[in-house]
Amino acid sequence: MRPRNPFVMDCGVFTTNYREDMAIIHHPGAKLKVLAVIAFFLVFPFMVGPYYVSVANLIGIAIIGAIGLNILVGFTGQISIGHGAFMGVGAYAAGILTATLGLSFWIALPVGGLVAALIGGLFGVPSLRLKGLYLAIATLAAQVIIEFVIVHWPALTRGPAGMVLPAPTIGGITLDDDTSFYYLILIITLAAIVFALNLFRTRTGRAFMAVRDRDLAAAVMGINIFKYKVTAFAVSSFYAGVAGALWGHYLGVISPEHFTIHVSILYLAMIIVGGLGSVMGAIYGACFMTLLPIVLRELADAFGRSFGGLTHVMLSMQEAVFGLLIILFLIFEPDGLAKMWRNVKNYFKLWPFSY
Amino acid sequence: MAPQLVIDGLTLHFGGVTALAGIYQEVNRGEILAVIGPNGAGKTSLLNCISGLYRPSGGRIVFEDREITRLPPHRRAELGIGRTFQNIELFKHMTVLENLMLGRHVRMSSGLFSGGLYWGRARREEEQHRRRIEEIIDFLEIEGIRHKAVGTLAYGLQKRVELGRALALEPQLLLLDEPMAGMNLEEKEDMARFILDVAEEWGTTMILIEHDMGVVMDISDRVTVLDFGRKLAEGTPEEIQRNPLVIKAYLGKH
Ligand SMILES: Nc1ncnc2c1ncn2[C@@H]1O[C@H](COP(=O)(O)OP(=O)(O)OP(=O)(O)O)[C@@H](O)[C@H]1O
Ligand SMILES: [Mg+2]
Repeated sequence: MRPRNPFVMDCGVFTTNYREDMAIIHHPGAKLKVLAVIAFFLVFPFMVGPYYVSVANLIGIAIIGAIGLNILVGFTGQISIGHGAFMGVGAYAAGILTATLGLSFWIALPVGGLVAALIGGLFGVPSLRLKGLYLAIATLAAQVIIEFVIVHWPALTRGPAGMVLPAPTIGGITLDDDTSFYYLILIITLAAIVFALNLFRTRTGRAFMAVRDRDLAAAVMGINIFKYKVTAFAVSSFYAGVAGALWGHYLGVISPEHFTIHVSILYLAMIIVGGLGSVMGAIYGACFMTLLPIVLRELADAFGRSFGGLTHVMLSMQEAVFGLLIILFLIFEPDGLAKMWRNVKNYFKLWPFSY
Repeated sequence: MAPQLVIDGLTLHFGGVTALAGIYQEVNRGEILAVIGPNGAGKTSLLNCISGLYRPSGGRIVFEDREITRLPPHRRAELGIGRTFQNIELFKHMTVLENLMLGRHVRMSSGLFSGGLYWGRARREEEQHRRRIEEIIDFLEIEGIRHKAVGTLAYGLQKRVELGRALALEPQLLLLDEPMAGMNLEEKEDMARFILDVAEEWGTTMILIEHDMGVVMDISDRVTVLDFGRKLAEGTPEEIQRNPLVIKAYLGKH
């Protein structure tokens, strides 16, 4: 590689063959950056206390779920208000395998994803006929039906009381604390990101986007619209199922309350705030929406200490702040955090000649 | 040799409107057939029936000895029927390359898993088809814009990219709905040259809708005239130019 003068700006990278041109990461510098980020996450648990590790774990799980929802909503253009329920399907399927049947977590995790994919694909069938609001209502029905089944089939799910799930073990090590679980979540999150990035530079992912942008043109290109819509539902639900199974085994308990419509809406908020149709957007959105309530609570605590009694008021304002933020994003930056971040980067790439 | 495409008694109604009224048309392998007619004559409807976007109310369409009247559009694309649209139907947020790669969908086979893993077959396939796409890019002289989002391109270039996307499918039969509409003279000449080159290099059969009679006379082998969903006349460009019915239909409008 030719040495680079650090005082000269990137003027653009010229590629010399298709393989380079088609790579996810173009800049040689960016490759280093990715390695540095991964290295950072490998040592992260040693730099902070267990509380922040647990926050990171929740973010990782949210990233997996948000990428899944973005595959369906942002990339394929199908709306879903049932994502939380599909997470529940994965969590319960995996939980029944480990807690009730005593099977290994390493079997239960992928099976949980697959069961969710199956159910999700099934509820995706109406997408052949339904669009927009009507499809939204159909997926809402999925949410309601799945919640109903979880609550009313105690023989399988223990009903409203919920299930206690065992910690996964690997080679004699039990993953029963935040740090050990951290690495499991890190690996699966990375795999989920890389799979999605690859998907959208190859045939199936392009077909998803074609279905989103122009149904008719897609059909004329030879894309079987129905097949790809249902596939998108299945892939999205697989991600949801894996996220749900991970979450359940991380928390150690699952109950119907973990997978309500609030969760579905929270995930929709993540991809809207982060950026629809962007893998990075799902990541930013997951971070943002997981961190926001934590930051708000800390602020509330801080204020509460100085002005007694305010904590309560501030906590109850959380929901309002949440809603307000989503509305502001919808109005001012519909492309989400991913777009804002790109703008910031572009600004500095040209700086000081930004204008 | 049997015609490549036979349209027999094709009828299409929209409520009370008859868009096509019992059209019979043969299209021979390798020819350029122009379809002309006044606005609302049913030209686009005819292409939509051939590519499967409209379900005809009656009649049959036989492509390469196979009845396709009831096949869904994506199956017809698999059989080698490609097309462009009167109002450009590109994927505007995607780059030129992505649009062209989408055009190759039916020629590729990698699925969800190999794609997501980008390992072995999917990767080889992407690279190999990228090479084919580059040939089309060279052919259409759009090297400079391959990474540009299509929505940012000038209208004439978009029309060219849409032709490229249809060519990427390697069609046996190519349906072109007003590929030169809204272009200036120079762009029209370029497009006419590309169409003739496609016919020469790949021997692709083409059905071409065009309003510019000069262009029609220059590049088509045969011409069919539609008026109010009926076929008014068919023949060589010279015959059509002299046909009194055609003259009357056109003069009647203006
Ligand atoms: N989707 C549709 N729904 C209702 N009516 C339609 C539809 N498509 C076409 N028509 C009607 O069918 C008739 C033929 O339309 P078509 O678009 O095929 O004409 P055309 O020859 O392509 O005209 P132009 O030169 O303006 O493109 C018109 O009367 C039109 O209004
Ligand atoms: Mg038309």
